Amino acid sequence: MTVQPTPASATPEGGHLLELRDLHVEFRTNEGVARVINGVSYHLDAGETLAVLGESGSGKSVTAQAIMGILDTPPAFVRSGQILYKGEDLLTRPEEQRRQVRGKEIAMIFQDALSALNPVFPVGWQIGETLRQRAGMSRADARRRAIELMDLVKIPGAAKRIGDYPHQFSGGMRQRVMIAMALALDPKVLIADEPTTALDVTVQAQIMDLLADLRRELNMAMILITHDLGVVAGVADRIAVMYAGRIVEHADVRSIYKAPAHPYTKGLLESIPRLDVRGQELSTIKGLPPNLMRIPSGCPFHPRCPYVQQVCVDEFPHDLVLGDGRTSACHFAQEVRDDSVAR
Amino acid sequence: MFRYILRRLLQMVLAFFGTTLIVYALTFAGQGDPIQALAGERPVTPAQRAYLTEKYHLDATGVGGFFYRYFDYVKNLLQGNLGESLTGRNIGDILQQAWPVTVRLALIALAVAIIFGVTAGVLAGIRRASIFDNSTLVLTLLVLGIPTIVLAPLAQYFLGVKWQLFPPTAGSDPTFYALLLPGIVLGSLSLATALRLTRASVAENLRADYVRTARSKGLVKRRIVIVHVLRNSLIPVVTFLGVELGNLMSGAIITEGVFNIPGVGFNLFRGIRTEDGPLVVGIVSVLVVVYLVSNLVVDVLYAVLDPRIRYE
Repeated sequence: MTVQPTPASATPEGGHLLELRDLHVEFRTNEGVARVINGVSYHLDAGETLAVLGESGSGKSVTAQAIMGILDTPPAFVRSGQILYKGEDLLTRPEEQRRQVRGKEIAMIFQDALSALNPVFPVGWQIGETLRQRAGMSRADARRRAIELMDLVKIPGAAKRIGDYPHQFSGGMRQRVMIAMALALDPKVLIADEPTTALDVTVQAQIMDLLADLRRELNMAMILITHDLGVVAGVADRIAVMYAGRIVEHADVRSIYKAPAHPYTKGLLESIPRLDVRGQELSTIKGLPPNLMRIPSGCPFHPRCPYVQQVCVDEFPHDLVLGDGRTSACHFAQEVRDDSVAR
Repeated sequence: MFRYILRRLLQMVLAFFGTTLIVYALTFAGQGDPIQALAGERPVTPAQRAYLTEKYHLDATGVGGFFYRYFDYVKNLLQGNLGESLTGRNIGDILQQAWPVTVRLALIALAVAIIFGVTAGVLAGIRRASIFDNSTLVLTLLVLGIPTIVLAPLAQYFLGVKWQLFPPTAGSDPTFYALLLPGIVLGSLSLATALRLTRASVAENLRADYVRTARSKGLVKRRIVIVHVLRNSLIPVVTFLGVELGNLMSGAIITEGVFNIPGVGFNLFRGIRTEDGPLVVGIVSVLVVVYLVSNLVVDVLYAVLDPRIRYE
């Protein structure tokens, strides 16, 4: 992947706040080795939002868990690559140092807040636990700060609800608790792994707005993992599209919506229901995501691609840098983009 | 919660009448000659027959007569009068002597199950597929596979008679030491089940989403396991042990029989063997109450441990 021009808000070394270089992760199971992440590279600068987009099983969550260092090993193993945080490779750090990074530098929120919160402890206790254990706060201070955090994420009557258990909250409120917990130690990077997928549509928008507001107020950088293109538009600065454990297209939000340069991105965009085109069948991407134990030859997307040629079956497409600083891992990136503009 | 307990108590009343009725019916109904059945094989003199007919209201016959006698029995029971056994002893007195022995035996068995079963289960759950995990699996399957009727005499013969590590039998008014071997034998079955249950529960909870959250908070591993995983994993284990204590309290017929321990199971078995109907019905009626109460306690405990369980 190409490195974009470095913005002013970079780290002292002049590098990115967070940078992944050629990350490979595999799952070693009894049935064989699944190559889940195959050379992912992306970066994140202070104060920006990167959306990572893809179908289930494309490796977006596994990438995030690799950054956090919370992969289940076994079966998951990081085979190679670098995860640079403020210029230092986290993968070479001992576990104790990685633990220090979790929550304090890089925090994460998960898709299903009901199962992600411990069912037998009150929410205030769970938010406070981070403060007590990581920041050495007293019980009373942690409790006070937990109420502040719950206020910050706009949970009504925070002081009254601090003793309630996760199952006593609505889905949206639970996700707010999750966010409050992630913000407890003022992280520099917040990874939101499908934060709205489990929620009602109306609540989805509220949570997305809250995340965008908090990101701005607290000047964090955010990685937003989603499969929902609709969620991304208003929030993200850049988009990285993942397929079969690889980033197939990477561009800023405006250009990707205007003219996708990878057939997969194009397919995703065309499958969004449109209100202005009535009575037409929704377009879908035919076929299924590949089996990660037997990834197709050449371009992994070729069995599903409407632009497929012989070269796609034979040759692996490397990242093609397009004129406007975007990349696409497609042999026909230029054609796809021009085709998209024409329509 | 209060209303839940109240409702359960009302259900218990129904369950109590239902079970005692069944036990009473199984023992006394459908007998050709109840007096002969009461007396067993021994001959009955006309004077005895007249006395017993009046005492047990046997002049009333048929279904009506049966219920008449049953309610008579329940009336005495509710006044705390369990009646007399065929040997002429007060059943309340028999239980008063037998129960403390059984309770001590039950507590030893439960302690064995908790100390070894739960601890080993937690370790096996954390180190899944390790040598320790696999060897506990083999051992527990072995224990679960051997019936107590085989295990108890084997333990008695080797540990008690041959190597003389423990007293082979307990006898009347047994000491703690004399109850230790029977307690271990009795507890081994609960131990094996508690171990399997704990192991499965810990292994499952270690994979839970909230563990991933706890890790992403940057907590140390020890805290994640002890505070987050164990607190959740032990909910089903505590429930199981509660029910198990109820079982153990009602006496262990085989273990008490093999080791000659004068507990509840021992007396119940003697009652069955000598066809002592009043003794059997008396003991079982009390066991029903013990069972019902221990199950209620377990249910309430469950609600306390797991806030998601809210009995309205």
